[in-house]
Amino acid sequence: MSEPEVQIQTGAPEPAAAAEPRRLVLNMGPQHPATHGVLRLVLELDGETIRSAAPHIGFLHTGIEKEFEQKTWQQAVTLTDRVDYLAPLSNNLCYCLAVEKLLGLEIPPMAQWMRVMLTELTRLNSHLVWLGSHALDIGAMTVFLYCFREREDILRIFEIFSGQRMMTSYFRVGGLALEPPRGWHAAIGKFIDAFPGRVDEYEDLLTENPIWLRRTRGIAHVSLEDLLDLGVTGPMLRAAGLKWDIRKAQPYSSYDKFDFEVPVRTESDVYARYKLRVEEMRQSARIVGQALEGMPSGPHVADAAKVVLPDREKMKTQIEALIHHFKIITEGFRVPAGEVYQVIESPRGELGYYVVSDGTARPYRVHMRTPSFANLQCVPKMIEGGLIADVVAALGSLDFVLGDVDR
Amino acid sequence: MLSERLRQFPVAAALEAWNPGAVVGGSSNLAELTLEIAPANILEVCRFLKHQHNFVRLSDLTAVDWRPLEPRFEVVYHLHCLERNERLRLKCRLGEPAEIDSVTGVWRSADWYEREVWDLFGIRFRLHPDLQRILMPEGWAGHPLRKDYPVHGHRYDYQERED
Repeated sequence: MSEPEVQIQTGAPEPAAAAEPRRLVLNMGPQHPATHGVLRLVLELDGETIRSAAPHIGFLHTGIEKEFEQKTWQQAVTLTDRVDYLAPLSNNLCYCLAVEKLLGLEIPPMAQWMRVMLTELTRLNSHLVWLGSHALDIGAMTVFLYCFREREDILRIFEIFSGQRMMTSYFRVGGLALEPPRGWHAAIGKFIDAFPGRVDEYEDLLTENPIWLRRTRGIAHVSLEDLLDLGVTGPMLRAAGLKWDIRKAQPYSSYDKFDFEVPVRTESDVYARYKLRVEEMRQSARIVGQALEGMPSGPHVADAAKVVLPDREKMKTQIEALIHHFKIITEGFRVPAGEVYQVIESPRGELGYYVVSDGTARPYRVHMRTPSFANLQCVPKMIEGGLIADVVAALGSLDFVLGDVDR
Repeated sequence: MLSERLRQFPVAAALEAWNPGAVVGGSSNLAELTLEIAPANILEVCRFLKHQHNFVRLSDLTAVDWRPLEPRFEVVYHLHCLERNERLRLKCRLGEPAEIDSVTGVWRSADWYEREVWDLFGIRFRLHPDLQRILMPEGWAGHPLRKDYPVHGHRYDYQERED
């Protein structure tokens, strides 16, 4: 039974009824560079100590869940990109896996491996933006420039694959949107060979930097029990000592065929989260390397004529292919009635898609359990009792994306 | 009453043995177990599952509007037990006016989820510590994820709020 905990407050003890404590209410955001989007925090301060904090969200709400109900199943893939715009492929993947589960589709090995490889590149992309902006928030500007240099390489790879840098929509229900382009192997190979050295560069700048250590060590500590109770997942949880990663616990899309470690740390402070995500980057690079070496050959879409668009050549020679093309384009495919809750490990934690079908060509209801929304609930717990100067470090260590929060 | 097939699941059998009236149905499709709970029992069922069966995490809480079917709403809970790596879906069917006990006392993470369901579906959660809109603006009328809420042609007057 978890009782609401008494806050341990630093600084001067609470004055008794005699003197009214001087409290200052400070509004932080929604337009604040360190909130990475439009998060509004209302902080109640006693000197430099935060007595209470209340996050306000919703400034970026665009009604994506409502919009899902207006699209066909395949069209809706494009909406998933826009939820978490730093990890679009993770969202593509989770939605596609959910719908494929309802359809009972078997995805060919090449498409599964390709999905793993690109999702891991997405994790690198997301972690690079996180590391760069987190370091910038705390005052280390160089790291930001280094991280965005590598991120640019990743975005170029995405562009080779899908023609888009950010809103890729490269995974579709039934497989991949397009056959992998010529030259993808060399492009990723070049990047992944250089990448571990680049991570060393970031670590040279930060890991033993005394300023970085003093700004991050012991800051924003939250206990594992609190994190679980508040629904926090992902690197936050692993930095508090719980070795739990959905890629290992409930493998999807042939993650069980890859050899990688799940890093864990126990300190549960900003520094532990930094070290953990850096280690995750190294592991993701390992996975991409393995995918590159062992990539199976074969088709990039499932053998399901009623779901996957036919080959252009077949359309010109076979009447069935033409009919399927016409039906899929004009009406979309139908998905058997039912419901499914698919979870994957996104860069930020547990990403869940709850998809309900009523047997028609459009989703009846799609709910996104986004990791940022759940993780943001622990902000008061992280910063109450701490100093105002640490708020930015604490928020950075949470790694949220407001698009992911507000949907 | 549960079917024989559902009794195979230890959680379902234990729940029925503990309170036969609480479980009103269930299903198991695509390797996902769903139990339908009587809305009046949801709080004690959640407490039982968390403390006796180690469902330490509330992974997700949301709702579905089945209009024009009656009862109209379904509140859906996704529970997760880390120890056994087991997931469980609970459902409660609610008619209008929709109201159900809050589970914030069991998992604190339910706080924002319940506010979201209130905001977008208009389902009230009794004894929720702070049941306000979370995604839509404070002065908003209506609950957008209801099926009778229009997608097009809705006009919102940006009037000055009275604070």
